[in-house]
Amino acid sequence: MSDWVEACAAGDIDEEDVMRFDHAGRTFAIYRSPDDQYFATDGLCTHEKVHLADGLVMDDIIECPKHNGRFNYKTGDARGAPVCVNLRTYPVKVDAGKILIQIG
Amino acid sequence: MVIIGAGECGGRAALALRDLGYDGPVTLVGDEPHLPYERPPLSKDAMTGEAPAVKAIATDALFAESAIRHIHSVRAVAIDRAAHVVHLSDGSSLPYDKLLLATGSVPRQLPMPGLGSRCVYLRTFSDALAIRAHLGAGNRIAIIGGGFIGLELAASARKLGAGVTVIEAQPRILMRGVPAEIAEIIHKAHEAEGVAIRTGQGLAAIADDEKEVAITLADGQKVVADLVVIGIGAVPVTALAAEAGLAIDNGIAVDEHLRTTDPDVFAAGDCCSFPLAVYGGRRVRLEAWRNAQEQGALAARNMLGADEAHAAVPWFWSDQYGLTLQIAGLSDEGRSIVRRDLDDAAFILFHLAEDGRLVAASGIGPGNAVARDIRLAEMLIAKRAKPAPEALGSQAVKLKSLLAA
Repeated sequence: MSDWVEACAAGDIDEEDVMRFDHAGRTFAIYRSPDDQYFATDGLCTHEKVHLADGLVMDDIIECPKHNGRFNYKTGDARGAPVCVNLRTYPVKVDAGKILIQIG
Repeated sequence: MVIIGAGECGGRAALALRDLGYDGPVTLVGDEPHLPYERPPLSKDAMTGEAPAVKAIATDALFAESAIRHIHSVRAVAIDRAAHVVHLSDGSSLPYDKLLLATGSVPRQLPMPGLGSRCVYLRTFSDALAIRAHLGAGNRIAIIGGGFIGLELAASARKLGAGVTVIEAQPRILMRGVPAEIAEIIHKAHEAEGVAIRTGQGLAAIADDEKEVAITLADGQKVVADLVVIGIGAVPVTALAAEAGLAIDNGIAVDEHLRTTDPDVFAAGDCCSFPLAVYGGRRVRLEAWRNAQEQGALAARNMLGADEAHAAVPWFWSDQYGLTLQIAGLSDEGRSIVRRDLDDAAFILFHLAEDGRLVAASGIGPGNAVARDIRLAEMLIAKRAKPAPEALGSQAVKLKSLLAA
């Protein structure tokens, strides 16, 4: 069983944006989509271990700040060169204005 | 489909042909023994990492699954365009329907006498290994040329404890394509790390006795080094195309579809010059990783008949110490500059044309501090946007909001 961990407040992330969240030696990226839903993935790009939270969110896509590798942050799917390994995603819920993620 | 050159560009083109559903034969010919690999790490992680290894652009398994025939350690020596055949250095020949030349570039040679085995260039993985062997603590490295390869290598060498002198003939480092304000930040970072930089210095003589190299500068000073790395630019590999009668113009000349003067022969990446749509068709040649990738993929689409024009904005980066520089667009198209300061002493210079159009953005800062805004700037450049200078200069105004405008 894995616990829900509080990552941040809902208002901490702008719409269509991303924030870094570190917990227990691991790093994650938390996203707020243009339609105001929240998502979470591993924090590092699968190409060269760069923090995705420095990257740009456009619609459903997070783009790595280093080499423009793209992922769908809702599903974790890699979207073209240079990335070929998908990103792991995590369940997210909003509870009383707090963003919680379930770290497996 | 035959692709000559198994670097980033040729490799991407081969994979793209399969992604696009082409199921005929794809042959990739390269003169190195490796599958296509990433060159950017050669001046960085391949130098400083614990166990240097080739970073392939895709796994062996993917190349195998994709049924891409990789002929390695072999050069193409002639193209018979009338017969649609390429002749290889091992005596064999390959018929083609469409041919892609992704022959890349090679280091510009220093035209001086006195160079020996201790004077080297960096282009391939095996070059990187040879240089790495000399970068230990206490070794003296001289780098001729204050461009990206030289400076990245200087940073790597300092990390490993070698003493480094960079010699640049121009009045400052990074003269080509990097604004003075940003070059100065990089210059200071190198000096703070203990690199000696000699700008405005021509070379009077070089003497390599195979143990060490004595360089005499134009002003009479001497620099003695265990290894000299020469990084004074790259020249496109065009001989094969020229001998086949294809037009050459600072690289293999292609149109906006990356087609050479022969409709069945394409060229892409470092080896070609092409019209850049975003600057009214100005002909350029780019030596950049992302360009190699994008053009490889675009050439693949057009080899299959897509007839798609090149539309990308040039973009590149450089990492030195903890700093990353990113530039989108060609800054020499600009007439005025607006500065935007970001957190952590990072900043971006926006280059505006006379009519207010954003034509380039140059940023520097720790880590990836400038990445997001440079990416947004790239989109604004692609849109030929004319954002208000006050908005560009204010960190309070999000660039994303300008994109929507």
